[in-house]
Amino acid sequence: MPLITYREAIRHALAEELERDKNVVVLGEEVAQFHGAYKVTEGLLEKFGPKRIVDTPISEAGFIGMGVGASMLGIRPVMELMFWSFYSVAFDQILNNAANVRYMSGGLINCPIVIRGPANGGTNVGATHSHTPENVLANHPGVKVVVPSTPYDAKGLLKSAIRDNDPVFFLENTILYGDKGEVPADEYLIPLGLADVKREGSDLTIVTYGRCVLHSLAAAELLQKEHDISVEVVDLRSIRPLDIDTVLASVAKTHRVLIVEEQKPFSSVGSQLAFMIQKEAFDELDGPIHRLTTVDAPAIYSPPVEIEQLPNPQRIIKAALEALQ
Amino acid sequence: MPSPVNKKPSATADAKAADSAQSASPALSAPINQQLTKADKIALFTTMMRIRRFEERSLRAYQAKKIGGFLHLYIGQEAVAVGCCSLMGKNDHVITAYRDHGHAIAVGMGLNEQMAELYGKATGCSKGKGGSMHFFAPDRNYWGGHGIVGGQIPLGTGLAYALKYKGLKGAAMAFMGDGAVNQGAVHEAYNLASLWQLPVIFVIENNGYSMGTSQERSSAGDLGKRAAGYDMAWASCDGHDVYDVRATMDKFLQLAREESKPAVVEIRTYRYRGHSVADPDNTYRPKAEIEEYRKTKDPIQVFQQALVAEGVLTDALIESIDQAARAEAEAAAEFAEASPFPTPDDIQKDVYWEADNPAERKSQGRLFFD
Ligand SMILES: Cc1ncc(C[n+]2csc(CCOP(=O)(O)OP(=O)(O)O)c2C)c(N)n1
Ligand SMILES: [Mg+2]
Repeated sequence: MPLITYREAIRHALAEELERDKNVVVLGEEVAQFHGAYKVTEGLLEKFGPKRIVDTPISEAGFIGMGVGASMLGIRPVMELMFWSFYSVAFDQILNNAANVRYMSGGLINCPIVIRGPANGGTNVGATHSHTPENVLANHPGVKVVVPSTPYDAKGLLKSAIRDNDPVFFLENTILYGDKGEVPADEYLIPLGLADVKREGSDLTIVTYGRCVLHSLAAAELLQKEHDISVEVVDLRSIRPLDIDTVLASVAKTHRVLIVEEQKPFSSVGSQLAFMIQKEAFDELDGPIHRLTTVDAPAIYSPPVEIEQLPNPQRIIKAALEALQ
Repeated sequence: MPSPVNKKPSATADAKAADSAQSASPALSAPINQQLTKADKIALFTTMMRIRRFEERSLRAYQAKKIGGFLHLYIGQEAVAVGCCSLMGKNDHVITAYRDHGHAIAVGMGLNEQMAELYGKATGCSKGKGGSMHFFAPDRNYWGGHGIVGGQIPLGTGLAYALKYKGLKGAAMAFMGDGAVNQGAVHEAYNLASLWQLPVIFVIENNGYSMGTSQERSSAGDLGKRAAGYDMAWASCDGHDVYDVRATMDKFLQLAREESKPAVVEIRTYRYRGHSVADPDNTYRPKAEIEEYRKTKDPIQVFQQALVAEGVLTDALIESIDQAARAEAEAAAEFAEASPFPTPDDIQKDVYWEADNPAERKSQGRLFFD
């Protein structure tokens, strides 16, 4: 299987869907001539031309709202947010208009839009550029939220997202863009809402998603080697819809749970997971559900300290050992 | 307080009044108005009357506690929606804010489904899920009905974007109030529309007030003129005169359809009622001002006088149109009253396309949470 980067996997998904459906259009700041702030869309302008690959002004409320309106009339816009952090200036368009229009119209109007871009800390860009809004987004019924951790997942999930008739918010990660992984040359789709067990184990379930999957896998490796602890790592891949069944099956196997997420603790995705696990698998649990999050403060700039603010393999190992006590 | 057309109209007296007050609308000579047949004119008048009677009936229903939430009446502004929407072709689209009943009637939505929506009934245009501020009829190119001031303007720009993308000759009319022009999203949309030459007309329904704040107290400078900063054409017209609305909008609609040019049109109008029915309307404008507008500028009265003078309307015809509009509004209230409410089971329908189309669902996992 070809080894390609996470960035290329996303690009290939875009290219294939642009090829397949002439109503798919890519819009965003710097996506065309500049090739994307993170080069995700490199080459697309040359291949598909300026009607399909469109540079927008720095005008998130305007162009995202425009995309929402266009989607109501049957266009399938894939909008790039240079950083998901900038969703705050388009909040009304995303969460009042995209999320609600189907409901408020009694199901008469659909909004098949995709908004994608990176949502992560860890790159020393400070608090304004390090938001992880998946919990905020997923709090809104009507939307779907996807956070891929590998090139394979990114490609298969993005293709499904573009074909979806509901608004899908696709949260990538700048640190993962250069990561390589095996991606089949043949077309494939991954359904939204299907978790993936990235490592099997028997002592502890780590439920996680996004870049924390990689940290969790690294931690699991060390826990096995140094502590003889067998960790199962469940990658949610999709936050909403949520594959809680795969999580519960793992809990039934290990009876111990650690949630790892690059979220601030208050009302995080993990809060919802913890609620659901205790509600639906209380008898399976041999101890309280543990959770490791970003340390609860705005993202710090200081490079060595930001590593400590975010989940990392060392912090995960510590949290895992606590969870197993 | 009854609106002017509530009093029994006397065609002759009105014709005299029209004669003495001012001569026929200069806009009558515009080609788009010249081509109106007698029947077309009667239809325009009828739609305006139907809006007024619908709004009056819905106010009574609100007072009888049949309607919850907010109710923003369009009374006084009828010529704007009717004038604009009467120009719609197959590929023209409309989107507006929460004062949305007039546009809904003007695009041809039935009164029953609207009144039922106000009553929160399952037979409402949004199945009782949208309410007064959120009427939609995509089959009539009517995209709502939006509650966030200015939030619909990027959406309207997106409708225009879709038209251009698909190569369709049409235009989007994105309506907003005089208060909405100060929202950032509106300015972002202006820039995008002009930058990409999208066929959208931003229609400012300037009724002088955003809630209790007059235009002078909220906006610097001329509202329409802001378009010039974005290199867009703009104009201002008299929203009490349906002919003027049509003549002005027709020019810009043609430019939008034929040359994909955006524009801003400020339409001067006035609302007689409070901002919403919850507004006692006794602090921010003088009663005399409202009375002056009612007496001299009421759009239905103005048009009625013009049509009497043109020999299109007679006392008898006016009376029958009015009676029919009242009866239709009354029947709509009866329909709404008799309709069932949605059930608690309906709460989670119409959230996701996929959840409503399980046979075609591709995703897995839970979409809803307890
Ligand atoms: C973003 C936002 N801010 C405030 C409100 C509350 N609000 C509703 S209508 C309104 C006045 C708007 O006036 P205008 O745009 O002139 O429209 P009109 O009511 O006159 O039709 C206000 C402040 C709102 N709905 N949305
Ligand atoms: Mg106003």
